[in-house]
Amino acid sequence: MTDLTDLGVAAIRDGVAAGEFTALEVAEGFNANVAAAQVALNAFIVATPEKALEAAHATDAKRAKGEPLGAMGGVPIGMKDLFATHGIQTTAGSHILEGFVPAYESTVSQRLWDAGAGMLGKLNMDQFAMGSSNETSHFGNVISPWKRNDGGNAPLAPGGSSGGSASAVAARLAPAATGTDTGGSIRQPAAFVGICGIKPTYGRCSRWGVVAFASSLDQAGPMARDVRDCAIMLGAMAGFDPKDATSLDAPVPAWDAALAPDMKGKRVGIPREYRIDGMDADVAASWDRGIAWLKDAGATIVDISLPHTKYALPAYYIIAPAEASSNLARYDGVRYGLRELPPGANLQEMYAATRAAGFGPEVKRRVLIGTYVLSAGFYDAYYTQAQKVRTLIARDFEAAWAHCDVILAPTAPSAAFALGDKSDDPLAMYLNDVFAVPASLAGLPAMSVPAGLNREGLPLGLQIIGKAFDEQGVLNAGLAIESRAGFSARPKRWW
Amino acid sequence: MSVDTVTVARIAALARIAMSEAEVAAMVPELNNILGWIEQLGEVDTSGVEPMTAVITNHLRLRADEIDADPLTGGGKRDAVLANAPAPEHGFFGVPKVIE
Repeated sequence: MTDLTDLGVAAIRDGVAAGEFTALEVAEGFNANVAAAQVALNAFIVATPEKALEAAHATDAKRAKGEPLGAMGGVPIGMKDLFATHGIQTTAGSHILEGFVPAYESTVSQRLWDAGAGMLGKLNMDQFAMGSSNETSHFGNVISPWKRNDGGNAPLAPGGSSGGSASAVAARLAPAATGTDTGGSIRQPAAFVGICGIKPTYGRCSRWGVVAFASSLDQAGPMARDVRDCAIMLGAMAGFDPKDATSLDAPVPAWDAALAPDMKGKRVGIPREYRIDGMDADVAASWDRGIAWLKDAGATIVDISLPHTKYALPAYYIIAPAEASSNLARYDGVRYGLRELPPGANLQEMYAATRAAGFGPEVKRRVLIGTYVLSAGFYDAYYTQAQKVRTLIARDFEAAWAHCDVILAPTAPSAAFALGDKSDDPLAMYLNDVFAVPASLAGLPAMSVPAGLNREGLPLGLQIIGKAFDEQGVLNAGLAIESRAGFSARPKRWW
Repeated sequence: MSVDTVTVARIAALARIAMSEAEVAAMVPELNNILGWIEQLGEVDTSGVEPMTAVITNHLRLRADEIDADPLTGGGKRDAVLANAPAPEHGFFGVPKVIE
């Protein structure tokens, strides 16, 4: 009999609907995998097997009554710990929110439960989504299920900030998981562990109930093992929400139904500025293979220029910390979360002591940078200049769309690195997102799909960036790559 | 532009993050390293360029001017609001004394 935990979203949903197996059997299988991997991979902060079982019972009961099961009916998923979940601790990977139990449910998670999904647990992540290796979580590092093929045993980073989501989906602890992407936090971890992940157009998924990092950039999206599963899950997550002022008031297309890997008549842009000096040879080779696959799918390849690419990352590291320093001002030891009250401390001292104890080093670093670039005398030189550069980056893409329909680039400049390799050098860590950040700054949909293994036996991802609102174009190009890459590698189970 | 210990201590005070002298001293080179790198934005000619305010063109909506129009985000939820407060007192958020 098939191991049910090898199945993806569509296969589980359809199998449950057809009565080949029950939702309960599926939930029990994944619950067991979650429990067995917790010590080795640390992908979950809190496991909620009872929630997964409860949803499975509900799905099985509906099926018995002949009621519709929903787009995610019977599918248990992992929920990134950035989404507020009613009655279940939500920490954003931080100490300052340890013990915080929301009295409400985020819009995106509620939509998923309404579509029939169940929750396996809350997934570990970089603290407040600040990190690219999942080494900044208060709840310990997430370990990638992948190992290098050199026989070495170095624990590898699953990427970040959605590192728990990546590790869980790659290790078959969940068929899919939610992620959030501020500057690559869905795409880079998806690439590191050989799965798919899509960040939709800014505003597609409601930010209501998602712990805020940089509000003008934050977008939720699905992470799953294939393009179709991403399309199905994104359809369940997206949609207008009056509770989010930046939510897109636009219909959600039937992405899954319209999936087509045929790229005839489509133009694929190859941005020359992404071919950086000293580019990893395996990454460059996988990009070339991606170009060949899309050509084979009928696309025309065009060279394009995005002249301000090199300024995207420094602009991001002004804008995101600036927004974070404002958003994280709410953690004051008064309304929720941690309070540190040294003997005799006044209110101001309590704030400062609480935040000193509750934030990790990377969060402090970014809050300080954000405070600095927004402070009197520096605001124009840093923040206003960065927002002007952001306009230029968005214009670069606008100009490119005159010549192409989607853009193909690597997702990350390298395959997964070992834990500890970059954690002492914030700048080296930031450079991981060099290919991911431009699309974030422009609010564009972008996805990572697995493209093969490098010489160390580790997955590499290819990134497709699309026009605003054109998730369909991105998913279709992703499908064209997926159907030609034939990526079937999976980590050997050692946990 | 680079920062020194006095500036970092001032930023930390603005950000309400308590830092020891040793922590401030350790943070100075870290921040200078990052600030030195983002300095390159100064090279970009942005004359005549408007700073971005909205990444995807969207119109700002007003909700109906109605009390508790959405019961979920409306009033009457004192206990739920206080449920996660570290030191609630008599139905209020408790804080250290602020008036002598």
